[in-house]
Amino acid sequence: MEGVERIAAERNGRGYLSERGWRSWAFTLDHKRIGAMYLWTTTVFFLIGGVFALLLRLELLSPQARYFSNHTYNVFFTLHGAMMIFLFIIPAIPSGLGNFFIPLHIGARDVAFPRLNLASYWVFAAGFLVIIGSLVAPMDTGWTFYTPYSAKSAAAVTTLSLGIFLIGMSSILTGLNFIVTIHKLRAPGMTWHRLPLFIWGMYATSIIQVVATPVVGVTFLLLAAERVLGVGFFDPSKGGDPVLFQHFFWFYSHPVVYVMILPAMGIVSEVIPVFSRKPIFGYSAIAYSSLAIAFIGFLVWGHHMFTSGMSPLANAIFSFLTFFVAVPTAVKVFNWIATLYKGSITFESPMLYALTFIFLFIVGGLTGPFLAALATNVQLHDTYFVVAHFHYTMMGGTVMGFFAGLHYWFPKMTGRMLNEKVARLAWALIFIGFNVTFFTMFIVGVRGMPRRYAEYLPKYHTENVISTIGSAVLAVGILVMCWNFLQGLRKGAPAPANPWRALSLEWQAASPPETENFHEIPHVTAWPYGYGTPKA
Amino acid sequence: MSGQPGEHADPAVAFESAKLGVWTFLATEVLLFGALFTAYTVFRLKYPEMFRAEHAKLDRVLGAVNTVVLITSSLMVVLGVDAIKRGKARLFEACFGATILLAAVFLCIKYMEYTAKFHHGIYPRTNLFFSIYFMLTGLHGIHVLLGMGVLSYVILLSRRGRLSASYSTPAEMSGLYWHFVDLVWIYLFPLLYLIG
Amino acid sequence: MAHGTGNSRRTAIAVFIALLGLTAATVLVSYLDLGLWNAVVALLIASVKASLVALFFMHLKGESRLVWGFALVPVFFLALILLGTLSDTMLR
Repeated sequence: MEGVERIAAERNGRGYLSERGWRSWAFTLDHKRIGAMYLWTTTVFFLIGGVFALLLRLELLSPQARYFSNHTYNVFFTLHGAMMIFLFIIPAIPSGLGNFFIPLHIGARDVAFPRLNLASYWVFAAGFLVIIGSLVAPMDTGWTFYTPYSAKSAAAVTTLSLGIFLIGMSSILTGLNFIVTIHKLRAPGMTWHRLPLFIWGMYATSIIQVVATPVVGVTFLLLAAERVLGVGFFDPSKGGDPVLFQHFFWFYSHPVVYVMILPAMGIVSEVIPVFSRKPIFGYSAIAYSSLAIAFIGFLVWGHHMFTSGMSPLANAIFSFLTFFVAVPTAVKVFNWIATLYKGSITFESPMLYALTFIFLFIVGGLTGPFLAALATNVQLHDTYFVVAHFHYTMMGGTVMGFFAGLHYWFPKMTGRMLNEKVARLAWALIFIGFNVTFFTMFIVGVRGMPRRYAEYLPKYHTENVISTIGSAVLAVGILVMCWNFLQGLRKGAPAPANPWRALSLEWQAASPPETENFHEIPHVTAWPYGYGTPKA
Repeated sequence: MSGQPGEHADPAVAFESAKLGVWTFLATEVLLFGALFTAYTVFRLKYPEMFRAEHAKLDRVLGAVNTVVLITSSLMVVLGVDAIKRGKARLFEACFGATILLAAVFLCIKYMEYTAKFHHGIYPRTNLFFSIYFMLTGLHGIHVLLGMGVLSYVILLSRRGRLSASYSTPAEMSGLYWHFVDLVWIYLFPLLYLIG
Repeated sequence: MAHGTGNSRRTAIAVFIALLGLTAATVLVSYLDLGLWNAVVALLIASVKASLVALFFMHLKGESRLVWGFALVPVFFLALILLGTLSDTMLR
């Protein structure tokens, strides 16, 4: 649509959503539409991945493998992990909410390379189509695809490798775009220290994406080469080393957990001040701690490999370095709590999820050092303790942060308000369901229940039943939340431009924003956290 | 206010953005090849005798010729970019055309080397040295091929009159990529062909 | 960036000749048996060549600190993956 026609059409209040037809979406260069497409796609994969989780919990109701064969169970946990990680949690906040809000936050009209942005979505789509194609012979290796089994498995490993390679390329393109956008397209007066903390988080995230993802790309390339060309990098019978696969795999996969958590932490840093009506405490500390987490996150990958037979020196170094990542993380937690202190706190749904993030992430984070210490790691590695640890940090952390962002920014993205009562009901079900599901896993894990087994010893039976009941409650809560989103989209009350009375730039645009974001590029004179002062 | 989404009003910002974008992309390439260099180092240190024996089967004269070919192609890129920044579109096209030709020569020599190896029954699966050799030079060769495509596209832009002294960004950016491809070979050559 | 003057073209040719010379040198040295020093010399010469390409052909010389950062940061991470992996594989 030409400029004048578009502006006229957007006067119907639908902003960037005015133009209709599948072509206006498939070929869009608008970062908001691209972000919205990513959000829809990743949410669908979240739900599918969740179904696999429920199937796992169903099987774990009884100590014997009652409903599924061992092989089928292995496929389910592989697909659950791979889908959740590659198709949901890595892209959801960065490529979804990040795409939508980074230009708005910095006062720009779009990202630096809009065509590359569109390409990143279609490369992502090609990736998930190839991954779905690999389901003809589904993977049963676990999402970590360790050699030698992955090199020999009858599953469609080569196809899957190509799919993950494409997903990785999409991730790199997104990160590249964001780095240049944040450096070059900030509005006049938007100095680095006036940037919203979501941007600092996204900047650190993008650096990780750009540096780490190529390594996992090569890892899967080499895995495919092993199967197709017969090269033996990871094959002991050819002089190769299966642990080398683990080095390459975890050099990416550890930093990628910070790709998952940093954007969510950014969202929490946005939400807490708004709903405490207080400036964020320790802005610089939070900003730089994002960079510190990204950096330290690259130094610790060997802590996934303590029982794989690494040299004692490597074990010691990686263990020692792992403890340091707690420091910048704790800095953030203390600053959020200091922000809350003596604030005028209200408990709208975004705030409920942000507070949930802090609580659950503390639990998950505190269980990290047990795994970082070599002596306890030997006992806990590959048990349910690990499963609980990463679900508390990734779901209790990232996913809660994601939900906080969705609730916070729903009015801005859609121009409609959500039903707060239903949102809070869903939150309560999710909170209770989550803790019942996953806390029991710490207990059985410490008592020795291994992960990735369809069968277990009878002494773990009770906790597993409790956990499965929790997962049902969690599932209901998520469905209620999704239903609330759909209702809001169709029948939600019209949203004002700034329903939360927030100070960051996106709230100066309309709800939903026009395609060009702002009538005029704003000139920025203050940081976006001046809450509690007479103006805000 | 910019016109359509996808354009930036200020050409200076657009150029600096493009430059940062390409350097960021090159950063990903450093890590891509870097993982393979790591595998090379791990296995060279593990099997020094085998690497010494096998590397002698590579023809270092052909490798040296290929090195000269790539260095010359990089020079052609530099001269081409210099030409278009002085508004000389035809000279630019000739220089980038020469680059593409030299790249083709490089790939022909590699093709000869590969087929000679296959003829002697040496394949990627033969031993770890040749696994590394074929993976590293193969990945590099793919980058050369893709580079030829990119450079051709930039020549096409010039033939359509879209490049000038004031807008040479595609030439400079594709040039940066090409120099990186040369740079990787500058390390590949001694690591694979020369070090015993 | 000096364009339009013959300077940049002269510099480019000079760098080119230096690169050719260094290539010849590294090939010749490879015919000598210096033991471990073969590897050291070869990598040193390669690094000089790479620096010439980066500084002059890729115009790093004269670029902002930001661009230098983008160029050098990945090299740091390359060293990291190398050293981290070797700290395991070499000492088992």
